[in-house]
Amino acid sequence: MYEDKHNRLQGGKALISVRNLEKVYGSGTNAVHAIKNANFEIEKGEIFGVIGFSGAGKSSLIRCINLLERPSSGEVVINGTDLTKLSSGELRKARRKIGMIFQHFNLLSSATVFDNVAAPLKLNKAPKEVIQRKVNELLEVVGLSKRAQAYPSQLSGGQKQRVAIARALANDPEILLCDEATSALDPQTTESILDLLLDINRKYNLTIMLITHEMHVVKKICDRVAVMEEGNIVEMGSVLEIFSSPRTATTKNFIRNIFDDQLPPGFLERVQHAPGSRIVRLTFIGESTGHPVLAELTEKFHLRPNILIGNITQIKETTFGYLVISLSGEATVLDEALEHVAERGIRAEVIHHV
Amino acid sequence: MFNGMDPHWDLYLPALQETLYMVGWSIFLGTIIGIPLGVLLVITRPGHIFEQPVFYQITSTIINIIRSVPFIILLFALIPFTKLLIGTFIGVEGAIVPLVVYVAPYIARLMESALLEVDPGLIEAFQAMGATRRQIIFNVMLKESRPALVLSLTIAVIGLIDATAMAGIIGAGGLGNLAYRYGFQRWETLVMIITVIVLIVLVQLLQTAGNRIARSLRKD
Repeated sequence: MYEDKHNRLQGGKALISVRNLEKVYGSGTNAVHAIKNANFEIEKGEIFGVIGFSGAGKSSLIRCINLLERPSSGEVVINGTDLTKLSSGELRKARRKIGMIFQHFNLLSSATVFDNVAAPLKLNKAPKEVIQRKVNELLEVVGLSKRAQAYPSQLSGGQKQRVAIARALANDPEILLCDEATSALDPQTTESILDLLLDINRKYNLTIMLITHEMHVVKKICDRVAVMEEGNIVEMGSVLEIFSSPRTATTKNFIRNIFDDQLPPGFLERVQHAPGSRIVRLTFIGESTGHPVLAELTEKFHLRPNILIGNITQIKETTFGYLVISLSGEATVLDEALEHVAERGIRAEVIHHV
Repeated sequence: MFNGMDPHWDLYLPALQETLYMVGWSIFLGTIIGIPLGVLLVITRPGHIFEQPVFYQITSTIINIIRSVPFIILLFALIPFTKLLIGTFIGVEGAIVPLVVYVAPYIARLMESALLEVDPGLIEAFQAMGATRRQIIFNVMLKESRPALVLSLTIAVIGLIDATAMAGIIGAGGLGNLAYRYGFQRWETLVMIITVIVLIVLVQLLQTAGNRIARSLRKD
């Protein structure tokens, strides 16, 4: 299947390496092949997203990382240790360094916020003073110091997820797994939870793997993303790469949901163009968004670009945008002009010749 | 209509004490057997934290068999067993053995349904934290289902009071025995009515107490 070039070049530094991972449920004719030969690596401090529609296998995939689901075959190597080879006692120890949060929070309803966050520490029989200090510190981080004695039923969804995040951080994990962590939350709350995840990612250099069906989540916090479909990782790369040149229909679909880059149907026919004009799509990434490229086309090449459609968005810290323009003029001038645009770090594709 | 009938006021307190003694011991022993059994019925299920399909099937079937025998039959059927165990099969002590055999599987089933209500996601969250099975049973399953457990035990206690009345037939004493001897065998309706009133008050008190405790434990 698809190979992750970025990580293959880095080689060996990965915190998480998943190799030839397969997961099959059931057997015989009823067997469901949930994960088909997944291979990827996640570096320390990275936020890695897996996006897919429901049933794509992403939930099985994230559960295979801490072996809540045991892979049918393949390796899950974390810090050089293959978790699939560990005894159940060793696995429990390893799991303490892998925090996990869930779509439905999964808090103890019978325990206070404080006791929920303290739960993992109590499992390890941490001394009382340590628990007290650690829980208070974590509640500070997630902004819930004042609700320490509240019960989960008295909290909003976003607050519950904050408690779950604090709980997941209690054992100072290296990795945080997020299983659709924002899918049960409204858009505003989702934003604040994503901000919190970014925050702890930077503060603790925490490696985060998340699964989601919302491209918005990927766009906002992920460094790299894998797209899953029917158990296969069909595309993988930096979020910018995926956004600027999606290859599969599924990926294009996900992107289109939050970033419309399609011309309305019939639009090109309705617009009048001089013969020989070209419809060009310009893609701007990062710094190139600052260049006054249209003005240059006019001044240097005496062209009169006509803007048809455009959009701009933020991908993590990088600005990403595109413009579709029509240009008319002599073919040689147009070629030269497009070359100039490319020199400016802007990708130009002719999508239509009139 | 009760003219000339002796209410026998001196009979009720000892009878109540006998009832409470039988119910107390039976619920105590029944709980010691029933709660672990209920936990086993849940964790040995397919897909749960201690999957043992064969054990689950066998235990579940045995419990169903005991539960399908009417208590009155159980009472007589267990006479040899009771005699072997404690040397006698009559009186208050003799009644405790069949009462425990009756109530323990009942408690196990009540526990089972209470424990099955615990969100599997919560168990998964604790597995992900590296909790042992033991920790999951105590820190998650039993802790989370405390309100339901209290209500289950309340139901079991009330069921036991009912059963002790039947145990009265083998001379177990208690309120049931009183109602049977005076009310039924001697046609002293007044005694029967007073006994029933005492039972009603007892059941009401127990149910109210159970509800209160469960409510104070419930945080969701």
